Amino acid sequence: MPTITIDGKELTVEKGKTIIQAADEAGIDIPRYCYHPGLSIVGQCRICLVEVEKMPKLQVACYTPVMDGMVVHTQSERARKGRKDVLEFLLVNHPIDCPVCDQAGECFLQDYYMKFGLYDSKMLEDKNKKSKAVPIGKHIVLDSERCILCTRCIRFCDEVSKTNELGIFHRGDHAELLPYPGKTVDNPYSVNVVDICPVGALTEKDFRFRTRVWYLDETNSVCTGCSTGCNIEVHTNKKREYKNEGRRVTRLKPRFNKDVNEYWICDEGRYSFTYVDAADRLGVVMKRVKGELQESTWAEVMPEVLTALQSAKENNKRIAVLGSPKMTNEDLFALKKFASQTLGVSQMPVTVLPKEKPFSDDFLIREDKNPNTKGAGYLGYDTDHKATRKLLDDCASGGVELLIIFHHDLEAGFETELVKSALSGAKTVVFVGSNANTTSARATYILPSCTYVEKEGTFTNFAGRVQKINRAIEPLGDSLPEWTIIRNLSRKIGKALAYFEAEDVFKDLTKNTAAFSGMSYSAIGDGGLVAEENGKLKQGDAKAAAQKTETATA
Amino acid sequence: MSKNGKILTPLIENDCNLLENYKKFKGYEAAKKALKMSQDEVIEEVQKSNLRGLGGAGFPTGRKWAFIPKNSQKPVYLVINCDESEPGTFKDKYIVSSATHVLIEGIIIASYAIGAHTCYIYIRGEYVEPARRIEAAIKEAYDAGILGKKVLGTDFNLDVYVHRGAGAYICGEETALLNSLEGKKGWPRMKPPFPAIEGLFRCPTIVNNVETIAYVPPIIQNGPKWFADMGTERSGGMRFYGISGNVNKPGIYELPVGTPLREMIYEHAGGIPGGKALKCVVPGGVSAPPLRPDEIDVPMDPDALAKIGTMIGSAGIIVMDEDTNLVEMLMASIRFYHHESCAQCTPCREGTGWLDKILQRMLSGGARERDIDDLYEIGDSIFGNTICPLGDSAGMVAKGYIDKFRGEFEAYLSKSIAAKSANSPELKKAS
Ligand SMILES: Cc1cc2nc3c(=O)[nH]c(=O)nc-3n(C[C@H](O)[C@H](O)[C@H](O)COP(=O)(O)O)c2cc1C
Ligand code: SF4
Ligand code: SF4
Repeated sequence: MPTITIDGKELTVEKGKTIIQAADEAGIDIPRYCYHPGLSIVGQCRICLVEVEKMPKLQVACYTPVMDGMVVHTQSERARKGRKDVLEFLLVNHPIDCPVCDQAGECFLQDYYMKFGLYDSKMLEDKNKKSKAVPIGKHIVLDSERCILCTRCIRFCDEVSKTNELGIFHRGDHAELLPYPGKTVDNPYSVNVVDICPVGALTEKDFRFRTRVWYLDETNSVCTGCSTGCNIEVHTNKKREYKNEGRRVTRLKPRFNKDVNEYWICDEGRYSFTYVDAADRLGVVMKRVKGELQESTWAEVMPEVLTALQSAKENNKRIAVLGSPKMTNEDLFALKKFASQTLGVSQMPVTVLPKEKPFSDDFLIREDKNPNTKGAGYLGYDTDHKATRKLLDDCASGGVELLIIFHHDLEAGFETELVKSALSGAKTVVFVGSNANTTSARATYILPSCTYVEKEGTFTNFAGRVQKINRAIEPLGDSLPEWTIIRNLSRKIGKALAYFEAEDVFKDLTKNTAAFSGMSYSAIGDGGLVAEENGKLKQGDAKAAAQKTETATA
Repeated sequence: MSKNGKILTPLIENDCNLLENYKKFKGYEAAKKALKMSQDEVIEEVQKSNLRGLGGAGFPTGRKWAFIPKNSQKPVYLVINCDESEPGTFKDKYIVSSATHVLIEGIIIASYAIGAHTCYIYIRGEYVEPARRIEAAIKEAYDAGILGKKVLGTDFNLDVYVHRGAGAYICGEETALLNSLEGKKGWPRMKPPFPAIEGLFRCPTIVNNVETIAYVPPIIQNGPKWFADMGTERSGGMRFYGISGNVNKPGIYELPVGTPLREMIYEHAGGIPGGKALKCVVPGGVSAPPLRPDEIDVPMDPDALAKIGTMIGSAGIIVMDEDTNLVEMLMASIRFYHHESCAQCTPCREGTGWLDKILQRMLSGGARERDIDDLYEIGDSIFGNTICPLGDSAGMVAKGYIDKFRGEFEAYLSKSIAAKSANSPELKKAS
């Protein structure tokens, strides 16, 4: 492996890497616009110019491969002048409209100007006019005057989404990024181009003019849009809440995970958070009075639910539970434990397949639109759709006294007739969920639960990777995490579950479920850990887990 | 070789786009000879002849051919660069209009040497008639068994295609040309990889200028020493010089490498009309930095010109007399780069436009004190920091005119500023 020196720091670098990659690994910051680690390297923007000893010209750090003995200076006078000149060129025709630009605060032009530009403008000429505020897709708006022609977006559409919608038209300083005639950027991953656009040329319709980015808080999380479990950041605006228009999550951004989604997320997942504050969101406890659902309180409803459970148990009537793959591992484990210990329910289905096969592809988007089907399987739930049908059949034939349903909208997967007779077949139907649907509308009690941005926990993605979600905002109204609702029930009936935090549930879970053994929140960290059927962590992961636990406790 | 010592000129004068005429000049004898030699022997002959690329960069041709990997598993391509778009350059047009058969013969020899069985001739879009003439000559060659299967009765197969460009100067840059041939945008590629390793369709490829390849048959025919001896120490033979601008006899002249520039202007091109004084001369197409009258004793040799900070390029000589406004001349050159910059890299894309705007403003009465320094600085910031030499040229040219003719630029500036203040006293008061 070649050894090189960057700014006096000696580094041993894998052969074939380029200077910028070596610098990134060593934490040496070299500016970049066109370079993006998830895309091919083109060396076009020239902002990464560095001085390499024995080479007469400045070199672009992004493209120049490391060679043994290479000595690189990123801060020499020549290198700094080279980059400053490039920045000045980039601003020659730039409208400098930062005060009205949504990118302000996360713009590479602003950042680099403040870092190493800081020149007095010698530009006296008129700037070129180009297209502004062009909607180039369902979610995206283009401002060509702000575009620095780095081609990141083009390469994304060519190389990642492979949909080839964008190109650069014309020559010289009249060149303009535009969709090809007749095309719009509406591929399933389109908004990633907004994320990677280093400037304010591509903005997201949903986010435009909503807030200034410096008011946003970021929380690491995992997308719940499908079973891939793409890593995301949840951006929330707590500092200027009046700006939110009733929406507490401002936007989702992809978060790098080399084993899951790399740098990307799909559009469907990006906008999947809207249910958090949707009109159908359940924020109050409800109960049915004289045929009508009415607002109630935990204090009133919990004893009634307990009584119903108690009487079903005492009269040896059947209690049935339908879990959900939208619940976290913690929720599912607590439910499983409570149901088997106290309710005598050991078989629980979780799956309701939609009537029509949802869209999926061979990149990130999976057919299973639930974040935790795999976890449910590991935790002993029956993930077969047929098991749910059987449960509904039993209810319809009057075999079930009390039915607890988590989240599901049964009509999404079953015939309305069956759903109706199943729900009227059970004497009491308890619905636990975050959003109202045709099933909750027929329930006896509605117990509101938190959404994934309001709680802690873990999901197990399709490949068995256990990943952590974190609370970004406070639970809405009366809503509680599902495991808390179950714990509260357990305190009054049967054996109390001694959980105070989601992590307590997880600790119990890892001790009692082979697939998760050896895991901890600190070991899962930001990247996740792979669970395996046989209960052994993958070798690499086990080592990493041990190390992470060590550093976390150190 | 004809009696007046010229090599390709007699072919052009005798319409060697027709096979029967070319036959009279021992047409295709060199190819037959080469096809009997080994590939390496052919490359060696070309190397020994000191033939250097005549498209602009002046790279030794034989050495370039030797870069093609031996026993490549991928096909090898030969690409002929007939994009000829550098202002001041118009030599290739004559060759392909009136001597295509010598080009075809050169293509056969070069393809054989590098192991190519497919050759593309990339011709600039505006050369409509020449393209038609090439096509006709190629057809003649196919019909005569000179191209296609079993070239000249040997086991060697070779197909030649003509591809017409769409009118972009940058497509003369060899990697932009390859992208354009592949149907992509004509943007130069980052190097390495060099085309000889990864060129057209990511296969080993040699790109050569029309004229370079046209000299290959005579070299094989007459031997490398004959050719080398005509030129200078490291650059063999003759080449075409295109002379334009303020001269009595503009045109193309085939003369030995190393002919002094003064001789070109005052003897071959017949001097400057009206006996006017020379002000400035560009020796190798607009991309070559200009020379002053006291520098024209330089021999037209790549190394000699490089030594005085300019280049032989495509040997397109542009002569400017004492009446020329060099601010206008610089503007015209820069405007060309501005128009033709492919927009790929920042310094060239933005810098050429910026230079152009400053020059336009200067020429329309809006000059300001710092303009000359700004032009120089902008040129300097482009130079050396771009992907391809187009940006370098723009930078070099801006700097070159100011370096060599600063006095004239300053005089223009003060005159213009004085006129402006005279015309607008309020402005003068305000500033
Ligand atoms: C902007 C630019 C334009 C060029 N245009 C031409 C051209 O029109 N014809 C040409 O033969 N070479 C042109 N070249 C040079 C080619 O890149 C290449 O060096 C040449 O075709 C190689 O052939 P040679 O070795 O036979 O000269 C150009 C180079 C640049 C940078
Ligand atoms: S729109 Fe953004 S990402 Fe696309 S080329 Fe312009 S600056 Fe780059
Ligand atoms: S130097 Fe100019 S022409 Fe060459 S690649 Fe860069 S932008 Fe294109």
